[in-house]
Amino acid sequence: MADLSIDFCGVKSPNPFWLASAPPTNTGEQVMRAFDAGWGGAVWKTLGNPIVNVSSRFGGVDYGNGRLMGLNNIELITDRPLDVNLREIAEVKRRYPGNTMVVSLMVETKAEWKEIIRRSEDAGADLLELNFGCPHGMCERGMGSAVGNEPKVLEEIARWAVEFARVPVIVKLTPNIGDITEPGEAVVRSGAPAVSLINTIKSIVGVDLDSFVPLPRVGNGSTNGGYCGPAVKPIALHLLSQLARHPQCGQLAISGIGGISTWRDAAEFIALGSTSVQVCTAVMHHGYRIVEDLAEGLSDYLDSHGMRSVSELRGRAVPHYQEWGDLDLNYRVVADINPDTCIGCQLCYVACMDGSHQCIHLPGRTQAQSRAAGHLHLPDVIPLRVLNSVPGSTQARVPYVDEPECVGCNLCALICPVEGCITMKEVPSGKPPQSWNDRVAAGQDFVPGGLESTVRRTPS
Amino acid sequence: MLVPLAPPGMAEEHFVDKRPLYNAAEATAEANRCLYCVDAPCIAACPTEIDIPTFIHKLATGNVKGAARTILNANILGQSCGQACPVEVLCAGACVYNAWGREPIAIGRLQRFGVEAALRQDPGLFKAQPATGKRIALLGSGPASVAAAGMLALAGHSCVLFEKKRIPGGLNSLGIAPYKMKLPEALKELNWVLSLGDIELRTDVEVVAGSALPGQVSAQTLLETFDGVFLGLGLGVDARLGIEGEDGAGVYGAVQLIELLKSRPGFSLGAAKRALIIGGGNTAIDIAHELVLLGWESSMVYRREANQMSGYGHELNGAREHGVRLLENRRPLAVLRGEGGEVTGLEVALTQGKEAKETLPADLIVVAIGQSKATQVALGFPGVALDSRGCVVVDPATHRTHHPRVWSGGDCVNGGREVVNAAAEAKLAVRDMQRFLREH
Repeated sequence: MADLSIDFCGVKSPNPFWLASAPPTNTGEQVMRAFDAGWGGAVWKTLGNPIVNVSSRFGGVDYGNGRLMGLNNIELITDRPLDVNLREIAEVKRRYPGNTMVVSLMVETKAEWKEIIRRSEDAGADLLELNFGCPHGMCERGMGSAVGNEPKVLEEIARWAVEFARVPVIVKLTPNIGDITEPGEAVVRSGAPAVSLINTIKSIVGVDLDSFVPLPRVGNGSTNGGYCGPAVKPIALHLLSQLARHPQCGQLAISGIGGISTWRDAAEFIALGSTSVQVCTAVMHHGYRIVEDLAEGLSDYLDSHGMRSVSELRGRAVPHYQEWGDLDLNYRVVADINPDTCIGCQLCYVACMDGSHQCIHLPGRTQAQSRAAGHLHLPDVIPLRVLNSVPGSTQARVPYVDEPECVGCNLCALICPVEGCITMKEVPSGKPPQSWNDRVAAGQDFVPGGLESTVRRTPS
Repeated sequence: MLVPLAPPGMAEEHFVDKRPLYNAAEATAEANRCLYCVDAPCIAACPTEIDIPTFIHKLATGNVKGAARTILNANILGQSCGQACPVEVLCAGACVYNAWGREPIAIGRLQRFGVEAALRQDPGLFKAQPATGKRIALLGSGPASVAAAGMLALAGHSCVLFEKKRIPGGLNSLGIAPYKMKLPEALKELNWVLSLGDIELRTDVEVVAGSALPGQVSAQTLLETFDGVFLGLGLGVDARLGIEGEDGAGVYGAVQLIELLKSRPGFSLGAAKRALIIGGGNTAIDIAHELVLLGWESSMVYRREANQMSGYGHELNGAREHGVRLLENRRPLAVLRGEGGEVTGLEVALTQGKEAKETLPADLIVVAIGQSKATQVALGFPGVALDSRGCVVVDPATHRTHHPRVWSGGDCVNGGREVVNAAAEAKLAVRDMQRFLREH
């Protein structure tokens, strides 16, 4: 059994799974139930001066039969009195001393920061998270992502927090910015030892096509909200890895956030440099109980890969994240369709025809039919392969990959409904690795067929 | 012109739907399972070639009217086919999910939902072309004639349906097993088709080959007063066994009995006891299944073995799951009757092993060995021929008979198949009629 416990800036947590600052961490009663379910830590719903919320607050994006692929919210920070929150934080910390209590904070003035940090620490916070990410409502008042968008302001407030705090400070970053390393470097300069990212993405989740009010609807209006859920995971992974591979930012402890729903997601965030991971939407969708799968799945994964602890996984993928110009242009894969598992839906065919390079052919066509269908290049023979998945089938429905024409884009393998039916097999090109940057260095960066003005500027 | 819906009180009301109408959420969930195959096998398996993946994709996006357009443009009887089609051996049987060991898409239920939901939103989904002044007579008002009339009316032609029964719709109204489709549902679809354009329905009118008596119209008159004629004659009355004791109370033809269950108010077979159903086709399975659902002890008597039955395996399995028994290798010899003339049993000969007879006790006997032909009237149209089975002879590509202005389709041509075959044949005939009417 792998050791799931982590050390986050000197604070121990029984596992890397923390609840993100959000509705699931609104009250002590909720957080205690979450700890009972197995969550290692919780980031309390952001404290500050209580606000007033609207109704309704959430909007969802569905895909196919899946609900809440994305979630958007226009809820603000806690609407409960500070005293009540702090009393409950103290109660939870007293009853669950082994779990990590992170308190999320958002106030304006230096005096306010000083007061709220002191009171949070007095209540038992193990860590403080500065909410510089909330992209709706609070930013219009100069807080949240309004701070995260301005590295100088971020740095100054983070400096205050570091100065006032006895416990480690995590700066929570907004993804609503061009270059994440700018706020990342500001955090480094502030002296804060940790970041968490991403907060939600500015979004409008939809429009009610009868009333023409965007969603979520508040009477006759709506506003932009913060987008999260499985749909944002790729954005989060990118921003996370930008910081993880940055020479200075990569030294910070990172709490990864953004669409984490499964142990796999968690493992990917850790592999790209996270020490802890924070979860919200998946819990809002399925409840605290999902932590059982998160912990079990991660533990088994670590075991199966010979890793004894989470820390052995941390950052393993970071070195493999390269610039495009460093990728090997001579590496090549082609699609391979397995007739034993192919069910004959031919979705790979239409995807390749209309969405890629027209190299997948339907069997049984004449050359004229193939040309009429839009193929510009025809293989010599298109084998008539029957569906081996259908006993006694005589239908030749297994599509055929014209390998010399296949660019190895993955699209067919991505859309094939049968897992493992289409694989991308490596084809040795016989050439030594060469990247675009190598070509630039060798003066081979002009590909024939370009603009005349470029030709003129390129020395021959 | 609207057909009054059937009054309540039919025995068929006791049956629950085998494939109930989906609600919108169920339809969306099922539609989202569909892979949206390319060159999809389900399309090839549909006699009317409905673009099934496209209509299902439209249902998945909430484009219900678009889905109905895709269905109904290919098969104007999309609603009843959704209910009555043996999808297990057609579209759903060809679904690629079968190869994957997964439940095939419930295409029939999705199709029914698509048509019903769209027509509820907008019964005027289709608009007829301007009137052409051409007139078409259609004999019979079963699926073939109704499908043809609907398509012709949309093209602007005037249609008159001649139906000899009081209740129109043919087997769609009176012959579909009530757990698949009930009479009011069939009439609702019929009314929708009648609303598509200039279609007149004349019931209680018989077309005859020779000279017409009151209440009759002659074939000659139709040829003189219409630009074209479509023969959708269907099939005739139940075939008879020709055995001793067959005449009299307690013995029904299967089609006759299904019609009574579906359309005679207050009809009852009395207290459920023991029924024997003679035959091995789908109609035999249907009535055996219906009787068992009505509480009867229901046994099929078939002269050969189960795997030689012409009925579909999935239908037989469904009937057996509800308790229908199958007695194979038995040939009926005589209906046995008691002193009061009531049925007491059936004497059968065993057709396998040593020669022997046995007596099967029974209170009700249903003969389901096929239907006679009702095609004699076709001979009233000069040039129209019947084959050795009594079926109307047509060019399979155009469904035109040997008379240049007479077309035919449905059971009277194919000998007795599904609603969807009738619709497909009507489509071929209408395509050719359109060509003819444009040229003449």
